[in-house]
Amino acid sequence: MLEVGNLACSRGDHRLFSGLSFSLHAGQIMQVQGANGSGKTSLLRTLCGFITPDEGGISWNGKPVGELGEDYYAELLYIGHLNAIKDELNALENLQMSAGLAGYTVTEQQAVAALKRMGLQRREHLPVRVLSQGQRRRVALARLLISDAHLWILDEPLTALDVGAVGLMQELIGEHLSKDGMVIFTTHQPLQVAGVQTRELVLS
Amino acid sequence: MNKLSLFGLLSLVIRRDLLLAMRRRADVLTTLVFFVMVVSLFPLGVGPEPEMLRKMASGVVWVAALLASMLSLPRMFSADYLDGTLEQMLLAPQSLTALVLGKIVAHWMLSGLPLVLIAPVLGLQFDMSAQALGMLVLALLLGTPILSMIGAVGAALTLGLRGGGVLVSLLVLPLCIPVLIFGAGAVEAVTSGMSAVSNLSLLAAFMLFALVFTPFVAAQALRISME
Repeated sequence: MLEVGNLACSRGDHRLFSGLSFSLHAGQIMQVQGANGSGKTSLLRTLCGFITPDEGGISWNGKPVGELGEDYYAELLYIGHLNAIKDELNALENLQMSAGLAGYTVTEQQAVAALKRMGLQRREHLPVRVLSQGQRRRVALARLLISDAHLWILDEPLTALDVGAVGLMQELIGEHLSKDGMVIFTTHQPLQVAGVQTRELVLS
Repeated sequence: MNKLSLFGLLSLVIRRDLLLAMRRRADVLTTLVFFVMVVSLFPLGVGPEPEMLRKMASGVVWVAALLASMLSLPRMFSADYLDGTLEQMLLAPQSLTALVLGKIVAHWMLSGLPLVLIAPVLGLQFDMSAQALGMLVLALLLGTPILSMIGAVGAALTLGLRGGGVLVSLLVLPLCIPVLIFGAGAVEAVTSGMSAVSNLSLLAAFMLFALVFTPFVAAQALRISME
């Protein structure tokens, strides 16, 4: 369970949000909403520990994330605006390297299966450089399929994706939630997961 | 799903950086070609006086190695920073210090080790004796990892800054002066018939000291840079 209490965050002199409290339980999904510049990305990056909050605290299963450190990171999967993939490597290598950095190994079969599910069959061995923006995003999102993290933090996951891939994402998130996972995401596109109520957090 | 050990992570990061460099060879060659050019310019510039060349050989090679290693420093973390990989590295459930150490080792293998290997060939231009050449290689072997390690701290601190490339040199070069002094001093000692043990011991001590502290400091600097 992720609990956020009285969180405040500012960038420079500008206070983005303050007094923000919420908790997210297993199987729940929450969408962070707000205008451009309202601090959605900053909130997600604060949850990942990149930004130290001005006030308030974040705890995971009752313990402050600062104390948990690497144990918290093992439970967390973050996909940000940047895809974190290397142009020089092919999709398969990228996926295997990402898995390695996240602390586990995947077999080639697992990685190929994940890429296939993301609609990248027969693209596994192409350098990512020659893929389209949407396909690169799919390579980045394929990490969702090979990870066993409980908490997904997705910053604009649907950028550059086509209708089919958006449908696939809804499916993936639905599966993750049914396995007691948690998702926090931002998006400007509609994303509805069948059978699950999406909670909303509005930043103003 | 198999968990990756700390050593597994270290070797993964090294393999990854070497693989990336293999796919982008120009970057590695730039450092090496720069080193060869700078060293080769000196005999052309100061004239073919063997006595003088022999005297300045170790200093020239060391200064050139120092400058060449500065060339590749800004690239150490910047590519990972720009494409978001660095964010993922900070979220790795293993020690970031180990990860940074892996990047330092890979950086040395790509920018330090080639210099060590080519240095004896360049030394011949200066009419260095076989003994002096051997000592030059040994001193570089001890000294270049220190340059990569101190450089990592500078590169991490200046990450994402405009003009970071110049800034990192200004930051790191003064800290590398002891390496230059004792590295060149070791070769000097051998050519003048003295023992180079003290110089080498100091270099080795610097290296161990840097090995213990710089990966940790660079890791903290990366966290600060990502805010």
